[in-house]
Amino acid sequence: MTNRLAEKYKDRIEQTFAKYPTKRSAVMPLLFLAQEEYGWVSPEGILEVAELCELDPTQVDSIAGFYTMYSETPKGKYWLQVCTDLPCALRGADQFYADLKEYLGVGDGETTDDGMFTVDHVMCLAACDRAPMLQCNFHYVENLDMDKMKALIEQWRAEASDDK
Amino acid sequence: MEYILFREKVIPNIRELDVYTANEGYEALKKALSMSPAEVIDIVKASNLRGRGGAGFPTGVKWSFIPQNEPIKYVVANADESETGTFKDRQIMENNPHQLLEGALICAYAIQAKAVYIYLRGEFWDIAHQLDKRIAEARQAGFIGENILGSGFSCEIYTHLGAGAYICGEESALLESLEGKLGQPRVRPPFPAQKGGGLYGEPTVVNNVETLTNVPWIIRNGADAFKAIGTEQSAGTKIFCVSGHVNKPGNYELPMGVTLRELIYEHAGGIPGDRKIKGILPSGGSGPIVPGTDEVLDTPLTYEDMAKLGTILGSASIIVMDETVDMAWVASKVEKFFQHESCGKCTPCREGTYWLDKVLDRIMGGIAKESDIDLIVNIAKNMQGVTLCALGEFAANPIIHTVANFREDFLAHIAKPEEAEKPAAAAKGAARPAAARRGAAAVRESGA
Ligand SMILES: Cc1cc2nc3c(=O)[nH]c(=O)nc-3n(C[C@H](O)[C@H](O)[C@H](O)COP(=O)(O)O)c2cc1C
Ligand code: SF4
Ligand code: FES
Repeated sequence: MTNRLAEKYKDRIEQTFAKYPTKRSAVMPLLFLAQEEYGWVSPEGILEVAELCELDPTQVDSIAGFYTMYSETPKGKYWLQVCTDLPCALRGADQFYADLKEYLGVGDGETTDDGMFTVDHVMCLAACDRAPMLQCNFHYVENLDMDKMKALIEQWRAEASDDK
Repeated sequence: MEYILFREKVIPNIRELDVYTANEGYEALKKALSMSPAEVIDIVKASNLRGRGGAGFPTGVKWSFIPQNEPIKYVVANADESETGTFKDRQIMENNPHQLLEGALICAYAIQAKAVYIYLRGEFWDIAHQLDKRIAEARQAGFIGENILGSGFSCEIYTHLGAGAYICGEESALLESLEGKLGQPRVRPPFPAQKGGGLYGEPTVVNNVETLTNVPWIIRNGADAFKAIGTEQSAGTKIFCVSGHVNKPGNYELPMGVTLRELIYEHAGGIPGDRKIKGILPSGGSGPIVPGTDEVLDTPLTYEDMAKLGTILGSASIIVMDETVDMAWVASKVEKFFQHESCGKCTPCREGTYWLDKVLDRIMGGIAKESDIDLIVNIAKNMQGVTLCALGEFAANPIIHTVANFREDFLAHIAKPEEAEKPAAAAKGAARPAAARRGAAAVRESGA
C-alpha cells in the first residue's frame, strides 16, 4: 500500500514526530492531518496514520471515535458548529441555531444538498462573551446575528463558486 | 489596580516579543536562573499562589512534590479550557503569550524539567499556531532551547492540540491523551508528580495557564507583594469570566475578595432591563448554583468564602441568570453537557448522566411525575463519592443544588395525573449519543 500522507507531507510528519519521545503521541496531530487531506477521517486515513505511528488500525480507529473533532463521515465544505451551551443559550443561541437550520433547510448534523454546509450544535467553545457564535472549520466566528450570518453564507457561496 | 495577567490593558502590544522584553519580559526568568531551583520553589510557596484550574491546590507545594533524583521530568500547561463559561486562558494566550511561556520555563527550571507541553483544546487551533510562532521567536532570542541565557539549563516548549473532549482537562486524562491514548482518567496513585504517574511515566507538574502566567510577576516582585493582594487564603488577582445575563459579559481581572455584587454591577454593567438575579453558577456548569440573594451578592469571591456559601470558586466562571430563567431548563442544559462529556470509563458516571438526562427530558417534556424530581436527586446522590474522577461529582451538582434551591421550577413541569400515564414511550429506545460514542471507542480499543 502506498501511504499518501507519508509521501505528501514528509516534512510535516517528521516535525510532528520530533516533538515527542514516542511515535504514539503523534496520533492526534496525524489524525488532523488525515482529516485535512481527505476531508474526514477516512478508512485509508486511519490505515496510514496507524502505519506511521506503528499502531494497530483498531487503536487509531478508537481514538478517532473518542474525540468529537475527528469527523467519521464526510462533511460539507463549511462545517458550522454552533455553541448552544448554557451561557450562549442565555444570549439567544438556541433561537439562532434554529434559525440557521431553517435558513439552510437542514436538520441537526445534516449537510445541505449542494454539499456546502454541515450544521451541528456543540458544547461551550470558550467564547461565551461573544454569543451567538460558531466555529467554521475550527475558526472562530463571533458576535453573530442572523443578518450577519446570512451575509457570511452568501460570501462563502460566492467564494466557492469562484473556486470552481 | 495593577494587572498581573492582562498586561495588554496597559501595554497594548505586549504579545510581541520586543514589547514584552522592553517591559520587564523574561527578567523573571533571568532572575530565577540565577537562583537555585529550591529557592524558586520557596518563593512560589511563600506567595500562597493557588492553582487556577479549579481545585485551588497550592502551586509551590505541588512543585515541591517532584522527586529531585529522577533524570527526566516534565511540565504540562493545561490549556484545555473546556468548562462551560470559561474563556480566560484563551485571552492570556492571545494577548500575553510570552508571560505564559516565561512562567512555564520558570516552573521547568524549578523542577528541572527538560520539556514543557502546552495542551490546548482542539478548537484553539489558531491560537496554537500563533503560540508556535511565539515559541519560535523566544527560541531565536535564546529563552528556549539549549543552555538558556548561558545558564546551562536547557528546555523545550511544544504545543499539543486536543480534539474535542472536556474530560481531557482532567489532568490524568490529559496525560493519557498527550501519550496518544484515549483521554480517560487514570487510577491514582501514582499521582502525576510521582514516578510512574506523570507524562510517559515521568514525574510531571500539571498547571493551569493562568497559574503559570502569575509566576513571572511573583519572581520579579516577590512573594510578599503577591500576598498583599487579595486575602490570606486567596492571594493575588483572579480572572473572573462573566457570562449570561449581564450587560458587559467578559473577562475581569480583579483582586480576589471582590464581591459578586461589585463584579456584576460595577464591572460587568449590571443586568439587562434591571431585572433581578435569580441564580448564579460561580464555577461554570460544575459547581453548585447559588440564589441571587443579598447574602450571596455580598460574599467576597475567594476560595474560603465560596466554600462557606456551599459552593466553589473553581475556575471562577460566573454564569449569571436573571428572574426570567427556568432553573429546570438550566439543570437539563448542564446535565446534557455532562452526559455528552462523560468518558464512559466508570459505571456510576456513565449510567448516571445517561439516566439523569433521560428523566430531565421527561420533566421538560411535561410528562414526568412529581416523584421523578426525587428520582433525579437520588440518582445524583448515588454518583457522589464513587466515581473515578471529579466529573461524576460535577454532574451531580446541577441536579442536587438546583432542585434544593428552585424546586418550584421543576414542579411547574410536572404533568397532571392523567397525562403522566403514558410517559414510557418517550424514554424507551432513545439513542445514546456521545457517551455511547466514547464508551464504544473504549470497547473498540480493548478489543472486546
Ligand atoms: C472534569 C475535569 C475537567 C477539568 N478541566 C480543566 C481545564 O479545562 N483546565 C484546567 O486548567 N484544569 C482543569 N481541570 C483541573 C485539572 O485536573 C488540574 O487540577 C489542573 O490543571 C491543575 O492545575 P492548577 O493546580 O494550576 O489549577 C479539570 C478537572 C476535571 C475533574
Ligand atoms: S467519573 Fe465520568 S468522566 Fe470521570 S472517569 Fe468516570 S466515567 Fe469518566
Ligand atoms: S457557552 Fe458558548 S462559548 Fe461558552
